[in-house]
Amino acid sequence: MPKKDTSRPLFDPAIVRQAGMECFRKLTPASQARNPVMFTVYVGSILTTCLAVQAYLGHGEAPFGFVASISAWLWATVLFANFAEAMAEGRGKAQAAALRGLRQDVSARKLLHPRRDSPFQNVMAKTLHRGDLVLVEAGDIIPSDGEIVEGIASVDEAAITGESAPVIREAGGDRSAVTGGTRLLSDWLVVKVAAESGETFLDRMISLVEGAKRRKTPNEIALNILLASLTLVFLVVCATLRPMSAYAVAMSGQGAAVTITALTALFVCLAPTTIGGLLSAIGIAGMDRLIQSGVIATSGRAVEAAGDVDVLLLDKTGTITLGNRQASAFLPVKGVDERELAETAQMASLADETPEGRSIVVLAKERFGIRGHELHDLGATFVPFTAQTRLSGVNLPGRILRKGAPDAIKALAEQSGERIPQELDQAIHEVAKSGGTPLLVAENGRPLGVVWLKDIVKGGIRERFAELRSMGIKTIMVTGDNPLTAAAIAAEAGVDDFLAEATPEAKLARIRQYQAEGKMVAMTGDGTNDAPALAQADVGVAMNSGTQAAKEAGNMVDLDSNPTKLLEVVAIGKQLLMTRGSLTTFSISNDIAKYFAIIPAVFAGIYPQLGVLDVMGLATPKSAILSAVVFNALVIVFLIPLALKGVKYVPLPAAVALRRNLFIYGLGGLLVPFAGIKLIDIIIAALGWA
Amino acid sequence: MNANDLTQYLFYLALLVAASWPLGLYIARVYQDRPCGLDRILGPVERLLYRLCGIDASKEMDWKAYALAVVACNALGILAVYAVQRLQGALPLNPAGLPGVDPYVAFNTAVSFATNTNWQAYGGETTMSHLTQMLALTVQNFVSAATGMAVMAALIRGLARRETSLLGNFWRDLTRSTLYVLLPLSVILAVALVWQGVPQTLAGSATARLVEPTAYEKPVLDGSGNPVLDAAGKPLTEPATQAEQVIAMGPVASQVAIKQLGTNGGGFFNVNSAHPFENPTPLTNLLELLAILLIPAALCHAFGVMVGDRRQGWAVFMAMTILFAGFAFLTIQAEATPNPLLEKAGVASAANMEGKEVRFGAAGSALWAAATTAASNGSVNAMHDSFTPLGGMWPMLLMQLGEVVYGGVGSGLYGMLVFAVVAVFVAGLMVGRTPEYLGKKIEPFETKMAALVILIPPFLSLMGTALAAVAGPPDAVSNPGPHGFSQMLYAFSSMGNNNGSAFAGLTASSPFWTIAGGVAMFVSRYWLIVPVLAMAGSLAGKKRLQAGPGTLPTHGPIFVALLMAVVLVVGALTFVPALALGPVAEHLALFK
Amino acid sequence: MFATFMQQLRPAALMLFWMTLLTGLAYPLAMTGLGAALFPAQAGGSLIVTGGGVAGSALIGQPFASDAYFHGRPSATAPYEYNAGASSGSNLGPSNPALPEAVAGRVAALDGGGPAPMDLVTASASGLDPHVSPEGAARQLGRVARARNMPPETVAALVAAHTEGRLFGFWGEPRVNVLELNLALDAAGKKE
Repeated sequence: MPKKDTSRPLFDPAIVRQAGMECFRKLTPASQARNPVMFTVYVGSILTTCLAVQAYLGHGEAPFGFVASISAWLWATVLFANFAEAMAEGRGKAQAAALRGLRQDVSARKLLHPRRDSPFQNVMAKTLHRGDLVLVEAGDIIPSDGEIVEGIASVDEAAITGESAPVIREAGGDRSAVTGGTRLLSDWLVVKVAAESGETFLDRMISLVEGAKRRKTPNEIALNILLASLTLVFLVVCATLRPMSAYAVAMSGQGAAVTITALTALFVCLAPTTIGGLLSAIGIAGMDRLIQSGVIATSGRAVEAAGDVDVLLLDKTGTITLGNRQASAFLPVKGVDERELAETAQMASLADETPEGRSIVVLAKERFGIRGHELHDLGATFVPFTAQTRLSGVNLPGRILRKGAPDAIKALAEQSGERIPQELDQAIHEVAKSGGTPLLVAENGRPLGVVWLKDIVKGGIRERFAELRSMGIKTIMVTGDNPLTAAAIAAEAGVDDFLAEATPEAKLARIRQYQAEGKMVAMTGDGTNDAPALAQADVGVAMNSGTQAAKEAGNMVDLDSNPTKLLEVVAIGKQLLMTRGSLTTFSISNDIAKYFAIIPAVFAGIYPQLGVLDVMGLATPKSAILSAVVFNALVIVFLIPLALKGVKYVPLPAAVALRRNLFIYGLGGLLVPFAGIKLIDIIIAALGWA
Repeated sequence: MNANDLTQYLFYLALLVAASWPLGLYIARVYQDRPCGLDRILGPVERLLYRLCGIDASKEMDWKAYALAVVACNALGILAVYAVQRLQGALPLNPAGLPGVDPYVAFNTAVSFATNTNWQAYGGETTMSHLTQMLALTVQNFVSAATGMAVMAALIRGLARRETSLLGNFWRDLTRSTLYVLLPLSVILAVALVWQGVPQTLAGSATARLVEPTAYEKPVLDGSGNPVLDAAGKPLTEPATQAEQVIAMGPVASQVAIKQLGTNGGGFFNVNSAHPFENPTPLTNLLELLAILLIPAALCHAFGVMVGDRRQGWAVFMAMTILFAGFAFLTIQAEATPNPLLEKAGVASAANMEGKEVRFGAAGSALWAAATTAASNGSVNAMHDSFTPLGGMWPMLLMQLGEVVYGGVGSGLYGMLVFAVVAVFVAGLMVGRTPEYLGKKIEPFETKMAALVILIPPFLSLMGTALAAVAGPPDAVSNPGPHGFSQMLYAFSSMGNNNGSAFAGLTASSPFWTIAGGVAMFVSRYWLIVPVLAMAGSLAGKKRLQAGPGTLPTHGPIFVALLMAVVLVVGALTFVPALALGPVAEHLALFK
Repeated sequence: MFATFMQQLRPAALMLFWMTLLTGLAYPLAMTGLGAALFPAQAGGSLIVTGGGVAGSALIGQPFASDAYFHGRPSATAPYEYNAGASSGSNLGPSNPALPEAVAGRVAALDGGGPAPMDLVTASASGLDPHVSPEGAARQLGRVARARNMPPETVAALVAAHTEGRLFGFWGEPRVNVLELNLALDAAGKKE
């Protein structure tokens, strides 16, 4: 899938500068209290600062230099965590600022009647209410989200989607929604406002990217509980160590009980500060990544749910196949001339503005030189396509021309008492079997033949589905086609299953069935008739180009209206969880090495034999403790890029992914600190700090 | 470790694996109300019990009702055990004429037996009358074990069922655990033990005339029975000769059988299963050793059957078995290492035999030590206090892991399932999916309950030890140096995890130890049971999601490894500093 | 919640009562009956009855001090060794200086040279261990034979007769029952 390269560099100097200041502002107890793990570090920093003051005054439990440097590095740990969060927030804010520029107060022409020529009054956009009608003309900024009531126009949505090519928006159909803040390039539109001020898409987007409305997701809460419990355990481990070591001193008759400074240092090293400090940054960055990819989620919960999806319902058209099916042949029944069929098909398609309809007109013209007629001249009335009848056509005086899906036309023929020729079924079958779509044409109920619509499967889509399958996600192609056609395309595209002749009810029923089996379902949709299914699905991604109903029913909106975006959303959801999980594992694995650094250092005075546990051969007990603390602080800084970018995501089956991440972050987390602490110890010893 | 030690070790492991499988299938039938064979004989007894107790056994309970029933049953149990001990002097079946038990010791013992800990703050044959052993202690051996099994059955139902609030009926689970599992196995084991020489009699003791009378120094007592001290403050003694041997005995076999099967461990005699009457031959050693781990191991398979996927049971079983095999190996290895101090004193270079019995040898004692601490059994066939530093540390760590390597009957499995919840949580995150176990989503509530279950025992162990170091009676500890600290750490690790084994040199009958220990045992039992049941209730209410290729399989080797890693890491990270001050320091000093 | 708790108290009390009768009374009494019927000697404590009455239990060790008897393992029971009414181990930790001190004393008391067999100089777990290892018996063989004026071969034969091997050839340890051996010695030859 082509990926837009709109992302900012990871360390934008402006954002870094901003974050550098912000990290000090976050030192208030109120903002620290939100993160239990870091709050304990915060308290530890204050405690050691007091001890440092005490030491400075000459009553300290340890030399001032040592206590002060431990204290300084504990403060650094807190600041680094603040910095990580500020970085993530800063990236969101930069985007929000750009968006806010669009929300400049525009004036709107509020209409009294739903007509272009209705009288209007000029009002401020923010005073508009749901249901108001506004006129927008070329060059205007659309004042609010809405549904087009009348008109067709080209709209520049680049401000929101980053897509520079203008898009067509028109009344009726599935491209009738417009977004506030986008600019009309040509023509005019009458728009019915669909959102109150402050609740528009743009407003939602701003608050999302700013992180203002970011609520913790269930997974994040659960992880927080786990991390807080671990922190509590280590708190008890360290707190009980003082009386225990005092007892040991009494037993061995030498050494001294572990100092509070050393215990605080040990505690901070053991507590999962790495993940604790980066947790909120990971969450914010994940949302940010989603927005970068052009998807707006209504909640973080939806993003996490995307990572859990088992079944993907994808519209065939536009997702799996290129949007336009092309008419490629006319197959008349016996007794009907091919040209007659072509002409009838053309007439029935004249008012049909869909690409299929147009391609029939074009084919008839190319093959037989039949020119299009003006419907008005013929006294024709147009019968539009509906999802229920699945027929369209024209009524001419004395001629009722219809085209539609085979079963719909056949039903029509039966109603009119017409015989269905055998070769018709054969032709339908043939077309369907080859993956084409058979379209039947009938005159006064008599089937004339088949128009062969060809579907073109998108390049590379097969590989995407294979990837999904390896992740354990089943893809279902949803199509209005008959089962035979659907099967052929499904086979060509490599989807796992298909839902043919899909009506809105059938889609809904299928989603419910999967959910009853205990599966998580995601689907994409754009039309109003997709709305119930979008609402039912666990993850419903509505196309930005789609109707307002669809956008409200889903829990995500894809700004690029690219149906394969769902694949990216799944990846981002998974990546978010994986980043949290991997850093948790890393953080906890680190503790082993820290024990090897600190335990011999604090106990060697009491039981010198414990010195053999100092496998790293650290310079002095003080430098050992300080090295562990410094490592613990610096590792947060080193992992900021990973937290912001997310861990590398490769679609793999769960067991393989687990093995891979356990190896990298579990084993890596075990080994890295041995090297890191030793290195820092060498530097500290060289600098003569401790 | 020599070849013979290794053979014993492998033989025992193989026997355990082979025996636990069929028993697990049988137990699953018991909890699923399917015919199990014995119901034909005991069915009427079961129904009679329900009628006598006025229980509608078909009425299922939600988690709160279940928890309240557990608490009610156990609260009354504690009261009953306390009362019987205090009143034993006035009650029948007291051939030795023992007086009522000291109130502190009685409290400690009541909590100890009701919580399936069976920590002994008393010396069996010198404190408890036969009536107390039977009516108070043996009963709790059954009831506390059956309570653990019932809670476990409720948790499994929570995992297996979908969208319900009902977890089963506690009274039914309690009764069926006792009637169909504990009682029949106890009868079989008790008969085998009697055959091998374990006494089963209502007589209090036999008196033998010593073949060779023995001379000893007898402490001089004053009028009120207190030792008289000499000028230097040492107890005054006078030479005396003992010509008779009073051999204490009683209904030993019946109690030993259930104490092993129910992971209770409270012995009839002071030295527990090291006593030749509790464990007279290598064969009884084998049978009792098997009985210690049999039910906890079998429950894994029952779990697999009950959740409809036997591989899940095997996965948990393998995680436990591999951990046990590892720790047992290390313990045997440590005990096979000669003590350098003894070699210097002129003893042949051999495994330390201080505090061990010849018939079991060092390997048989070490294997038992690993098994009894792996399961929350706590019975001993050798004195752990005299083990090598590492030989004592591995069993201590097995307890500190939270008694989930097999663990107590029922409690071990529910503890391990809680660890599994934590493991899938971390693993789920790492594969990028909301964690789920057996199709149940793990959400904040489950995490909170799991955290409670996993945190409480380490808290109790560490805080108890720290408290003892500061405020405990200084003369409770009998060994100097780091080993004295190990004695306290071992004691609270044992009580804080409902194990019951001890570094027996510790004097635990003082008010501080009986009360602090009693509280630790109480909290670690019920503050675990309640969150476990709450979690079961929450899980039962959820949908059971279907597993797909994207779901993390919880039956493969990776998951087994991860589960073991979580158990080890939580345990190790919590106890490394304390262990460094105890056994590690002692080991490094001893083996310089 | 409290109401539910009170509701459960009645079945709890009744259940505890009937469980007590079943597991606390019926079960041990049934086992006692069964034991007496099937294995009366073992159920009664495996007592060794000689002409002079009960000489001891085959499973419980006795203290021996004279040269003419094989000695059992050191016992830590109080106030005298092998007090079968109050079993106890020494509970000396591996690094407790009292342990090598006690052991060194016992080593010195042994006759014959070379390193002492481990079990002969370390206290048993129960203080009632009826056994010594075959090495422990062998170390005492010469002393006992000398004291009794018996040919060492005769004593060795008796020791062999009272030596039990491992179960299945690998389970447990080989051992010699000291009380039974000493009783057999007394029966075989008059002591000096």
